[in-house]
Amino acid sequence: MPADNSHDVVVVGAGPAGLTAAVAAAELRMRVAIVDENSRPGGQIWRSNRNQLHPNARRWIKRAERARIRFIDDASVVGVCGPQRLDIASGSTAFRITSESIVLAVGARERFLPFPGWTLPGVTGVGALQALVKGGFDIRGKRIVIAGSGPLLPAVAADLKRRGADLLEVAEQAEFGDVARFLGRLVRNPAKLWQALRIRTNLALTPIRFGVWPIRAEGSTHVERILLTDGRRVRRIQCDIFACSFGLVPNTRLARLLGCTIGTHGIEVDDLQRTDRPEVLAAGECTGIGGVDVAKIEGTIAGHSAAGKLDDARAFLGSRTREHRLSESLDSAFELRPEVLDLAEDDTIVCRCEDVAWRDIKTRNDWRTAKLGTRLGMGPCQGRVCGSAMQALRGWSESSPRPPLQPVSLTALSSLSDSTSARELKSSHPITRDGGI
Amino acid sequence: MKHDIVLTIDGRETKVAPGTTVAAAIWNTSSLELRTSVSGEMRGPACGMGICHECRVTIDGISNQRSCLIQCDAGMKVETDAG
Repeated sequence: MPADNSHDVVVVGAGPAGLTAAVAAAELRMRVAIVDENSRPGGQIWRSNRNQLHPNARRWIKRAERARIRFIDDASVVGVCGPQRLDIASGSTAFRITSESIVLAVGARERFLPFPGWTLPGVTGVGALQALVKGGFDIRGKRIVIAGSGPLLPAVAADLKRRGADLLEVAEQAEFGDVARFLGRLVRNPAKLWQALRIRTNLALTPIRFGVWPIRAEGSTHVERILLTDGRRVRRIQCDIFACSFGLVPNTRLARLLGCTIGTHGIEVDDLQRTDRPEVLAAGECTGIGGVDVAKIEGTIAGHSAAGKLDDARAFLGSRTREHRLSESLDSAFELRPEVLDLAEDDTIVCRCEDVAWRDIKTRNDWRTAKLGTRLGMGPCQGRVCGSAMQALRGWSESSPRPPLQPVSLTALSSLSDSTSARELKSSHPITRDGGI
Repeated sequence: MKHDIVLTIDGRETKVAPGTTVAAAIWNTSSLELRTSVSGEMRGPACGMGICHECRVTIDGISNQRSCLIQCDAGMKVETDAG
């Protein structure tokens, strides 16, 4: 471990927002570290293809290396042990870093909604399947169905088709009219844009259906077929992999642990990407879903702000074309229809970590009661999957986060230099010896 | 192929390209299911990005490793619940 764990700026997340923020700050002579759970920088949209960095990421990483940014890969921020002091866990070790400023660029995750069979092996999220393929999963010739909601669906579909997947269908639960209105806000002629997208992205031969949603996945040891409906007819489709997710949810847990206020779209920030906690900034999808171009501008602004160059940061404000308008357009265009919020049957697992079924959850009144009565949200994912589902299904808000933000082994905790903080972490969560909860 | 990485998955020797994650290696060469849930159901990677923890396997004797986040390494010993 490097001797000096103090920095001017620590950026959490090495996607577009994080990389641009780190580079902006480092080129202003700040001592910058960037922490990410993955082995390589890039986040989701710039995820490396096995060992090959994404070309867009590579440009920023080259600048980051020239600016002597410290990359802390394969590492999770698991706790906050004082103002500007983050506990980081990586494999069997943990260490503490301090920083004048923290920039949260932790992105978003997919929203899963429970339906019968959604826990079968081979049923994944949509971005999830792309991540698995970029991690080396061979998709050639595999029969794939993509369903759920959001712009991620056609984007991933096109990429997987290009890589040789046998793409059987893309099923968007929103009605075409609603989606077209959203596209219309981006471009004058939505029908033309859609046609162009289809042709250029090689999806011309794949059925893309709107107003269609999944009701069931079936198979013995893994998924073998799925059932889709438009509310009138039910169709059965045999497939090898079923990729399904319903929009994106900003990652706000670390921000909440730091005491930042969270708004409807994500972490609340001002024009200069500052949260309401001193020295904590945020940029990119975690502040509201807006896409990669906005994430890059916000990261640049955050990097300048974190370096104290507020006037330079303000110079970039003109490039930022949205004030959460895209986020609102997305929400209304891809609004979740009531049917997809009502797919779970009594024995459908809702909490995958603790195998809590819908029948035991549906009678509860709020998150905390359900959690205490059933162990919902008390497993390793700490409610990241079932919590977002219950927020959509019932409007339940989760409890305040507590460290560790990811399961941590005793081995790792015992290597933390400050023993007081290690004791605090140990007393709040039971942790087994060998690697997790 | 040159530079392929050799590891074992549930006792079977497996060759993968460098940069392949353990989850992808299991999916390519072994099975879609790799873990047993608390009530005994078979599970596989779901979120692909380290959030759901469904992809956990034992690597070199250490359990609860998120295979979707970990790259295959030469000589790695991977044990799943399906093997």
